[in-house]
Amino acid sequence: MNAKRRKVLLTVIFIVAGMGIATALALKAFQQNLLYFYSPAQVAKGEAPGNRPFRIGGLVLAGSVVRDPQSLAVRFVLTDTLKQITVEYDGILPDLFREGQGIVANGQLRPDGTFAATEVLAKHDENYMPKEVADALKAAGVKMPYRTHDTAP
Amino acid sequence: MIPELGHFALILALCMAVIQSFFPIAGAARGNVAWMSLARPAARAQLVFLLIAFGALAHAFLVNDFSVVYVARNSNSLLPMIYRISAVWGAHEGSLLLWVVILGLWTVAVTIFSEPLPEQFVARVLGVMGLISTGFLLFMLLTSNPFLRDAFPPADGADLNPLLQDPGLIIHPPMLYTGYVGFSVAFGFAIAALLGGRLDMAWARWSRPWTVMAWVFLTIGIALGSWWAYYELGWGGWWFWDPVENASFMPWLTGTALIHSLAATEKRGVFKNWTVLLAICAFSLSLLGTFMVRSGVLTSVHAFANDPARGIFILILLGIVIGGSLILYAWRAPGTLISSSYGLFSREMFLLVNSTLLTVAMGAVLLGTIYPLIIETLGGKVSVGAPYFNSVFIPLMAPLVIVLGIGAWSRWKADEWNRLWQHLRFAVFGSIIIGILLAAMLSGPGALRTALGVALACWIILSTTTLFYSRMHSGPDLIKTLKTQPRGFYGMCLAHIGFAVTIIGLVVTSNYSTDLHKRMKPGDKAELAGYTFELAEIRTIPGPNYQATEALFRISRSGKHVTELHTQKRTYSVRGMPMTEAGIGPGLTRDLYVSLGEPLGDGDWSVRLYYKPFVRWLWLGALLMASGGLLAVTDRRYRQVRLQATDPQEVIDGGAAIKS
Repeated sequence: MNAKRRKVLLTVIFIVAGMGIATALALKAFQQNLLYFYSPAQVAKGEAPGNRPFRIGGLVLAGSVVRDPQSLAVRFVLTDTLKQITVEYDGILPDLFREGQGIVANGQLRPDGTFAATEVLAKHDENYMPKEVADALKAAGVKMPYRTHDTAP
Repeated sequence: MIPELGHFALILALCMAVIQSFFPIAGAARGNVAWMSLARPAARAQLVFLLIAFGALAHAFLVNDFSVVYVARNSNSLLPMIYRISAVWGAHEGSLLLWVVILGLWTVAVTIFSEPLPEQFVARVLGVMGLISTGFLLFMLLTSNPFLRDAFPPADGADLNPLLQDPGLIIHPPMLYTGYVGFSVAFGFAIAALLGGRLDMAWARWSRPWTVMAWVFLTIGIALGSWWAYYELGWGGWWFWDPVENASFMPWLTGTALIHSLAATEKRGVFKNWTVLLAICAFSLSLLGTFMVRSGVLTSVHAFANDPARGIFILILLGIVIGGSLILYAWRAPGTLISSSYGLFSREMFLLVNSTLLTVAMGAVLLGTIYPLIIETLGGKVSVGAPYFNSVFIPLMAPLVIVLGIGAWSRWKADEWNRLWQHLRFAVFGSIIIGILLAAMLSGPGALRTALGVALACWIILSTTTLFYSRMHSGPDLIKTLKTQPRGFYGMCLAHIGFAVTIIGLVVTSNYSTDLHKRMKPGDKAELAGYTFELAEIRTIPGPNYQATEALFRISRSGKHVTELHTQKRTYSVRGMPMTEAGIGPGLTRDLYVSLGEPLGDGDWSVRLYYKPFVRWLWLGALLMASGGLLAVTDRRYRQVRLQATDPQEVIDGGAAIKS
């Protein structure tokens, strides 16, 4: 094997090995970090996994927000108008969190059926609905009171 | 009247863009000098019309002409003057106008600084840039015209999104766009070289300063965006692996690979096809970024438009540019990647390894960014969490850093382990010792990671400074040596140090930031990282177009006063949208950061308190990288383009002079 061939071979081995390692890393990390989205109706049907985190979205039910008087703990009900789910969160809610607003929460299902949120997200536009929530509501047959195709009020 | 003038100017600009793309490219193919000579005047005329259109839109904002739909949606009579100007690019249509204006500026810059280049080549470059401009102008005029009027104008406008009412947002988009669009020059050069079949060292030399300049702007733009997110979103985060951030980061990674690959192509004439491919990729990713951010497939503050027609148009544009250039590449690019002119152990090889690592890192980011979009078209809903990016990206950066230190020291063509080891052992031992000392001194779960990260950063700093030192002492006269070193060398050293500074900031702030989310009322105190945060008072103050609740924090450390921080919760009257203004006490080794959460009743508020060590180093490092790039662009040899380009021997001598 001449020097040039060897170099070609080594370069190819290097690139293939590098790509292989990177792909393995990526796929492993991928498996662990994919967050699927479920609506409250899907959770009620038992489609959501009980043993890994996922995202849930819906409207915050009016009058459902209960705050702990001592700490930052808060509990509220999320609905897609078909089903409801109780969400518990210990932390500061985003600026645009309010009753009737569409929000998305990351977290995990507890055995008692409540959702322990690690993060609560609301969109930074007063009439903007998170796309996932809008789709979930559409699936639940709700006529959208919100404009989703335009950010202008 | 003036908006119609702007609209008309935009149409004229499109005509100029068509002339600028058709005649020069056709002329270059047929050897028609008269057609080729149309490129420069057409490009300049196009810019004049674009500036008229931009001025017309800015005028509509300044005089509150709410009959223009775009103005009515993004401004308000109460909006402060400075934000009325930045509102011009505050949403979809106007930001596209900014995009083409910046493209026009780059194009005219090419017409000015390309005097020494062959006429045929310049005609092709300008023609390709004209084609891009044609695509974007058509897109604007057909789907996103900023000059559309409303027959029944509202009495007042809907106001600019309060998030965008911020000084950082005045310059962040222009900087970022200048970087994005700047890669169109590198793209134009690459396509022109493929069309002309002239892919040589001269081509790399012409292309290099433009590419570095675009990279400088992109670096500053990304840093500004990160800094803005840090102080404006109120959670102390500076990078979220948000798709929109990734959209700007992918061209940056590819651009970084490109400027290094160009160095090898310019100096040694190697990796020509890899360099061309990177140039195509960098610009394609800029376009993909524009597509992802602007088409509404992503939901975020940046996604202005959710109009499917726009998305499809951009997708087609993207398909033509990427598909067309890749077909041209497959057809015309030179065949061999491996040339025998360099050894396995040479600077060329290290540069190749690094640009490969950067490209693989870009691929990982791309996968995580577009995977949710692909799944969504298949009917699923999924998102990729930030831990994915961290766990893929960071392991790829470690070998990159190691190779960086060796690569900067190594010689072109061939080098030996022994020689490099002689020079590098000080840096190797130095960084290992610093790492071990840090690991022993630090405590907490992040100690090992911090020690490792800082040791890697020290490896860059030590290997760069020893290289600098030995270069300074390569001649008998220090002052003379300092003067004769090319600016590109100084630029490289500065940029690499900047990279190290960013790594230190990133590692320390990620592992040692502490925060406290607490319920407080005036008079309450909280302890964080040795500092006492006292909520002194809460008061209401009016702003120009908002009402604010302001909290005053007094911060002390072991009884001694440190600083006072103000944080506000603003409610913008027009949109009824609440916003948090964080209070930040900046410092070189730590930031103190407070932000007001929500009222909890009984005068209690939820507040966030943060202690963020070394967070400034992130942006400081980015500024150093950008300054390094700027310094390299001013290198003397780029100003002597014609002389050296026409004399290949001179090019090789120039390369030899760089060697240590």
